[in-house]
Amino acid sequence: NKVEELRKKAIVIRGNILETIGVDKKGHVGGSMSSADIVTALYFYKMNHDSKNPDNPDRDRFIFSKGHSVLAQYAALAECGYFSKKELKKTKTFGSILQGHPEIRTPGIEANTGSLGQGLSLGLGIALGGKLDKRDYNVYVILGDGELAEGQVWEAITAANNFKVDNLVAILDSNKVQATGPIDRYDLGDIKGKFKASGWKVFEIDGHNMAEIVEALDATDTIKGKPSVIIANTVKGKGVSFAENKASYHNAKLTEVQYNQAKKDIANIG
Amino acid sequence: MKTECLREAYGRELLKLARRNKNIVALDADLSGSTMSCYLGEEYPERFFEMGIAEQNMVTTAAGLSLTGKIPFVNSFAVFATGRPYDQIRQGVALPNLNVKIVGSSSGLSDSGDGATHQSIEDISIMRSIPNMTVISPVDALETKKAVKAMVEYNGPVYLRISRTELPIITSEEEPFEIGKVSKIADGKDITIFATGLMVHKALEAREKLAKVDISARIINVSTIKPLDVEKIKEYASDVKGIITAEEHSVIGGLGGAISEALSDELIRIKMVGVQDKFGQSACDYEKLLEHYGLTADQIVKKAKEYM
Repeated sequence: NKVEELRKKAIVIRGNILETIGVDKKGHVGGSMSSADIVTALYFYKMNHDSKNPDNPDRDRFIFSKGHSVLAQYAALAECGYFSKKELKKTKTFGSILQGHPEIRTPGIEANTGSLGQGLSLGLGIALGGKLDKRDYNVYVILGDGELAEGQVWEAITAANNFKVDNLVAILDSNKVQATGPIDRYDLGDIKGKFKASGWKVFEIDGHNMAEIVEALDATDTIKGKPSVIIANTVKGKGVSFAENKASYHNAKLTEVQYNQAKKDIANIG
Repeated sequence: MKTECLREAYGRELLKLARRNKNIVALDADLSGSTMSCYLGEEYPERFFEMGIAEQNMVTTAAGLSLTGKIPFVNSFAVFATGRPYDQIRQGVALPNLNVKIVGSSSGLSDSGDGATHQSIEDISIMRSIPNMTVISPVDALETKKAVKAMVEYNGPVYLRISRTELPIITSEEEPFEIGKVSKIADGKDITIFATGLMVHKALEAREKLAKVDISARIINVSTIKPLDVEKIKEYASDVKGIITAEEHSVIGGLGGAISEALSDELIRIKMVGVQDKFGQSACDYEKLLEHYGLTADQIVKKAKEYM
C-alpha cells in the first residue's frame, strides 16, 4: 500500500541525505533527518509536481523555511529527477549547484531561505499570487521549532489569517532541539494555542508516522477559508542512533565508522 | 517654476501603470496615505495588500508574490523600508535577484517634523551595498514617473527613494530616462556638481550664486546611484578644477561615497555636501533643518570657492 511504499521511500531519502553529508564534511544531520518523512510524503505523495515540467504554474510549491535542513530536499529532488544523484556528493563544494542553503538557481528549489523566519512569508506571497491568478495550487512550508523565536514568523502567521489563504499549509518540524541545546531552554509558549488563537486550523501528529503524515496532509485540503498548520512531533537526527536528540549533531561531521553505522541504522528504522 | 509632489506623482503613475499591467501589485505597512500607494489600492483592492505594521513580512511576502510573476511595489517610509527589513531584502529579494521594487518614501530629512526616527540618512548606503540592487533617487515629479515606468520594465530588485516634499519640475516630458544614466542639467567649466534628489535643486541655486562671482558650475543629476554611470561621471569630472557631490543623505556610503569609489584611481579632487555622520531631529520648518545640516546652496557655494 501507499504508506508502506512511502516508508520505504523515506529510507532511500535518508540514504541520500547521508550520501550528501558524506564522511568528514559538515552537514546538518539532525534537522534533515527529523524532517525526512514529511519531505518524503510531500514529494512522493502529496504534491503535484513534475521534474520534467518544473515551471508549470499550477504546480504545488514547497518552501523549506529551516533552510539548513535542505539536505532532505536535495535528497528528494535528486530522487525525483530534478538533477542527477551524482550532484548530492558535491553539496557545499565550490561550484556545486547544491549550496549550503537553498537557492532558486538549483532545479526544484522555489525560493531562497537560510536566514531563519522568512519561509512562511515567502509561502504567503506565493499563496496570494495563486489566489490572484485563480490557480489551484498549494504551498507547503516546513518550519523549525527553533525558528519560531523569529518575530517575522508571527507576522506571517497573523497576515496569513488576515488573507484567509487556505492554499497555505505550514508544517512544524518540532524536533525540540536547536543548534546549541534543547528547545525548552527558551520557552516559546503554547505553540498550538498561539496558532489557534491566530485563526489557523491546527493538526498535531507524530512526524515519523507515515500514515499520520499522509492523513494530516489530506485533511488540510478540506480546510477552507483559513491556513492550516501540522505540528509534527519529531526526533532530531531520527534514524541515526548516535545522533538522535543531540544538539551536537545539528551540524556535524561523521567519521567513516559513524557513517557506516548511520547507513545500517536508517535501514532498520523503527 | 511649477512645483509638484514626488510621492503624489509616484502614486498616480503606479496606478496608471497598474491599469495597463495586471501583474503590478502594491504592499504597504499602514502608510499608504503617505506613500500614496493608496491610489492603486482604491482602484484595485484585490491587488493592494495592507500588511499591517510589519515590514519584514511585507518584504518577504512581496518576494513570494514576485515568484508567481507579480511585480510587487513595497511601500513604506525610506527609513523603515530599508532598515527594518534589511535582512529580508538581502536574503529574500536581492540574493535570488527577484523582481521586487522597494519604495522608500519621505526620504532624507523630508519628514522634518517627525524627527530622527522617521528620517533616513543611511538608506542609499544600505541599499547600494547589496549586490543585484539598483538604487534610484529622482529629482522631480516628472522623473519620478519615468523612474516608476522604468522600474516596471526592468526585471530585478530596485530601491526607489522619494522625498516627501514638493519640488520644482526641472526635467521635461521629452527627456528620456534610462536606469544607470546621469543627465546634465546645466553646463559649466570650473567645477562639476554631482547631485541627487533635492540637492540638485540646491545646486541650481548655488550655480546662480556662483555665476555672480564668475565661477561656472556644471550640474549633473545623478538619479541612478547604482549602477553608477561611471563613464559619464569620469568625463564630467575630468575637465574641471574639482567636483562636489551633494545629497540629502549621510556623507558615508551615499552618492558621495559612490562617486569617490568610482574616481578612486583618478587625480580628481572631491568635496562632499551631505549629512555629517549625525542623526536628524525634529523641525517643523524643513528649510531650517536643511540649513542646520548644511544641505544648502550656500554650503555648495562655499565648497566651490575653495577650488578657486
